[in-house]
Amino acid sequence: MGRVHIHPDGTAHEHEHEHDDDGTQHDVGDHSGYVATGTVRVEVLERILSENDRVAAANRQDFTSAGVISVNLMSSPGAGKTTLLKRTLAEIGGTRRVGILEGDIATSLDADELAGSGAAAISLVNTSAGFGGECHLDAVMVRSGLGRLPLDQLDLLLIENVGNLVCPAEFDVGEHAKAMVYAITEGEEKPLKYPVMFRAVDAVVVNKMDLLPHLDFDLDLFLANLRAVNPGAAVIQVSARTGAGLGEWCRWLLNQTVEN
Amino acid sequence: MHELAVCEAIAETVRDRAKGRVPASVRVRIGYLRQVVPDSLVFSWEMVTAGTDLQDSELVVDYIPAVVTCQACEARTTLEAPVLVCATCESTDVELVSGNEFDLASFDVTAA
Repeated sequence: MGRVHIHPDGTAHEHEHEHDDDGTQHDVGDHSGYVATGTVRVEVLERILSENDRVAAANRQDFTSAGVISVNLMSSPGAGKTTLLKRTLAEIGGTRRVGILEGDIATSLDADELAGSGAAAISLVNTSAGFGGECHLDAVMVRSGLGRLPLDQLDLLLIENVGNLVCPAEFDVGEHAKAMVYAITEGEEKPLKYPVMFRAVDAVVVNKMDLLPHLDFDLDLFLANLRAVNPGAAVIQVSARTGAGLGEWCRWLLNQTVEN
Repeated sequence: MHELAVCEAIAETVRDRAKGRVPASVRVRIGYLRQVVPDSLVFSWEMVTAGTDLQDSELVVDYIPAVVTCQACEARTTLEAPVLVCATCESTDVELVSGNEFDLASFDVTAA
């Protein structure tokens, strides 16, 4: 059962209502303050994902005490997260000890592709063990994957989230910073359609820039849309295919601190 | 999508707090800026609670619009789109008053 109650004027408020003598169920209207006779309202006032947030805080504490900077990398499917990670490992894997926590609904294809790319350690978390396969990593899944990572021996942990522009944005996994990969093949309007994701991140890696001459993509319009929902995010233009812009991305990564 | 995971989190907290009582209704507050679809949440709640102790508990979603106040002209704007801008003077120096809510507010149980 359930119903949705919308406040059109932008205020949260309580209303008094007469109790219907016939006891029929209301299907419409506002019943915010309606408490039937013999009923007690138990106030909870807790964030819905408070249990997730508690585990995320424990993860963050573990990263911080081990001195590992952790970055949660998100994007839609096919934006180029795995290719960017391969390039990143080639760029800094020789001088920094980089761990990868790979989240996928099913298969080890991405983890296999990254094996031998210069990562110090890779941990795969498949999210399909839950209710029909989760579309995001949550803090508990990340915690389960941490057991397979030698945190004490790492400088940087890159968490590759499930490809999805909606759900991963709602779940804190304990990272110090959030970054997303956006491919210019996705269209200029995406920041307005997926504002929670674009608002949540500290950096947006604008990928597939090598395709710019072949597309009708309006880069200025995209950047204006991005600024409208997130004025503060770092914007880094790259091509994970050619390697252009990788230096700037790696500098951003290595500038993150556990104090974030 | 993640509405299922959200409903499982709600059910878990309600069970923990209700201590064996069965709530007639469970009230959550969801801001417009969250990427949660209220109707999907209600649908997911029915799926998650079906055949459980909470199957007769109604989920009531308070959907809270996004409201900003302008730091420049002090006008109040209810946002039509997720773009944080003042409708009066078009300043982007605004403070969010509501719209980020993602809370389990309360539940109603029969008095002992």
